[in-house]
Amino acid sequence: MIKDLNNLKNPKLDNEDLKLQLLNDSDYIVLLKKMITIRIAEEIISENVKSGLIKCPCHLAIGQEAIPVAVAEFLNSNDRVYGNHRSHGHYLSLTMDTYSLFAEILGKETGCSKGMGGSMHIVDESKGFGGSVPIVSATIPVAVGAGLAMKLSKNQSVAISYFGDGTSEEGVLHESLNIASYYNLPVIFICENNLFSSHMHISERQKFDSIARFADSHGIENSVIDGNNIELLLNTSKHAIEIARSKRKPFFIEAVTYRWKGHVGHDDNIDVGLKRKEDLEPWKQKDPIARLKNSLISKNVISESDFESFNIAILNKLKEEFDNAVSDSYPSQKQLLETVYFK
Amino acid sequence: MSKKISYGSGIQAAFEYVLENYNESFVIGQGLWSPWYVGNTMVDLDKKFGKERIIDCPVSENSVTGTALGAALNGMKAIVVHPRMDFMVLASDQIVNQAAKWQSMLGGGIKIPLTIRSIINRGGEQGAQHSQALHSWYAHIPGLRVVMPAFANDARDLLIASILSNDPVLYIDDRWCADLEEEFTELKELDINNIGPKIVKEGSDITIVGSGFTSCQALEAANELVKDNISAEVVDCRVLNPFNPDLIIGSVKKTGKLLVLDGSWINCGFSGEVIASVSERFVDFKSPPKRMGLKASPAPTSKPLEEDYYINIKDIIENAKSI
Repeated sequence: MIKDLNNLKNPKLDNEDLKLQLLNDSDYIVLLKKMITIRIAEEIISENVKSGLIKCPCHLAIGQEAIPVAVAEFLNSNDRVYGNHRSHGHYLSLTMDTYSLFAEILGKETGCSKGMGGSMHIVDESKGFGGSVPIVSATIPVAVGAGLAMKLSKNQSVAISYFGDGTSEEGVLHESLNIASYYNLPVIFICENNLFSSHMHISERQKFDSIARFADSHGIENSVIDGNNIELLLNTSKHAIEIARSKRKPFFIEAVTYRWKGHVGHDDNIDVGLKRKEDLEPWKQKDPIARLKNSLISKNVISESDFESFNIAILNKLKEEFDNAVSDSYPSQKQLLETVYFK
Repeated sequence: MSKKISYGSGIQAAFEYVLENYNESFVIGQGLWSPWYVGNTMVDLDKKFGKERIIDCPVSENSVTGTALGAALNGMKAIVVHPRMDFMVLASDQIVNQAAKWQSMLGGGIKIPLTIRSIINRGGEQGAQHSQALHSWYAHIPGLRVVMPAFANDARDLLIASILSNDPVLYIDDRWCADLEEEFTELKELDINNIGPKIVKEGSDITIVGSGFTSCQALEAANELVKDNISAEVVDCRVLNPFNPDLIIGSVKKTGKLLVLDGSWINCGFSGEVIASVSERFVDFKSPPKRMGLKASPAPTSKPLEEDYYINIKDIIENAKSI
């Protein structure tokens, strides 16, 4: 039986309070603040793309914040995470270094890639973020290679590969699933299925809509879950990472979600692609941040005004950071030729 | 009695040296457990160092190359082998877009000890997809070192230098060189930054430049030209990217004549790069420089067409005399 997303692609279903059980209340507050930080950072980026202050292509993941925040909960700095063109959240979930991200997107030497990368090429090896690049699928074998290095050096680290549903249309994913499966490599493949590749809905591109069907065909254990439900994501990530860490074999998570912005830039892009116009509002009602907030309020862990004050504090901090990054220096001209080869 | 080393055994010796001395090194590629895929260059490595470090793998050039890159980014000295360069084209994303660019686009300071060994496998009626020499394509890419040894000791020492480099290196060896021998010299660990073109025969009348197998042909032709009282200086390029033409320019300043051989096509090829690099800094040619390469067609399989397709010693001698 070929997998189908069924109810998971309908934002009007399964939108009730989360049954928060896995972590302590204080940990959930930390996760909530991380999600808010990622959201606000991307909103600031979005505004400045619109104003023209940011020129490089920015692919925003507003609406998808729960996934990396949940996964990062079970990683350490020896693990390696590889991203893609839409990786601000992946990077921030490990580093929370909004300043370096802003500076990088502005092309400044204080950025995480010293101003050489922009939004699409970001890195922080010290925190376990191995790198992101925009060629669709390119980092998947790189993550598999990290897994091979971990296996050969007999350590307990794991590699994470983040990609979207469009990536399953590239052949190298299939090559890589085979290699990770056959050689028993500790790689967790995480498909953030947001139903879109650029402007095209998955129904316009594939006969079936669940990407985990490819994990089945390579004998890789997998879970297909609501990617806007942080409790489910935490439980699934914990299980997947434990399997990779202790049993030294791959796992595949398909987290179904939705991006609120278009493929690139600040626009909602409601005029392109099948059904996007009707679907965007219901998906905004299935906001992963609001769901965690409401669940914490129902549990009397926080109040609505606590949530407001978290938002205000984070917004003020990030706005100040962005303004400071704007006045940082650009890389020097000599940086161009000095970073081609290792020094 | 003098001791000889063959090109193939030089490559074998390099693998054994690195695998013996650097525990973080491993090799992945197609045919590594086969007795014939990679000639006499990797014999029994799997038996000596284990199948965990010598990995024969699925036919997935792109993913396997990316896997080697990922391992190199994570502390390993990774060597990926493409027994036929034509198949390596499928891995071009990982070579050109990834390995060559991560250093620069992520801000520098990243060790990428990745060696991509690719074999030029021409001749033998193998035709258009088992024969290509695509070094010029890859030498175009900043960030990707391209190394192309012609002689046995270099085959060994340049492979070791490639593997010990912290940059991605495309190491290209040529099946037509595999059985060629030269005087043995002791194995050396060299810094790839210090390796460039080399004069393999001194001369005063004409400079003949080659890379890979064409350097061997240049040397053979130069030895023949002696009979006609022509003293040819032969330069073996060895490193095509980053390319340092200084030594070749110095040679042409002495001889005033330049013939460049390339085992691949001429248009946008490395022979043109050599002539351009010299011409930008030297104009007093005694006669216009010349280049030789493949005819502008895919490689044929038919025997007589194939014989006519590749550069031969007779044509090199004629061209050298005509300049």
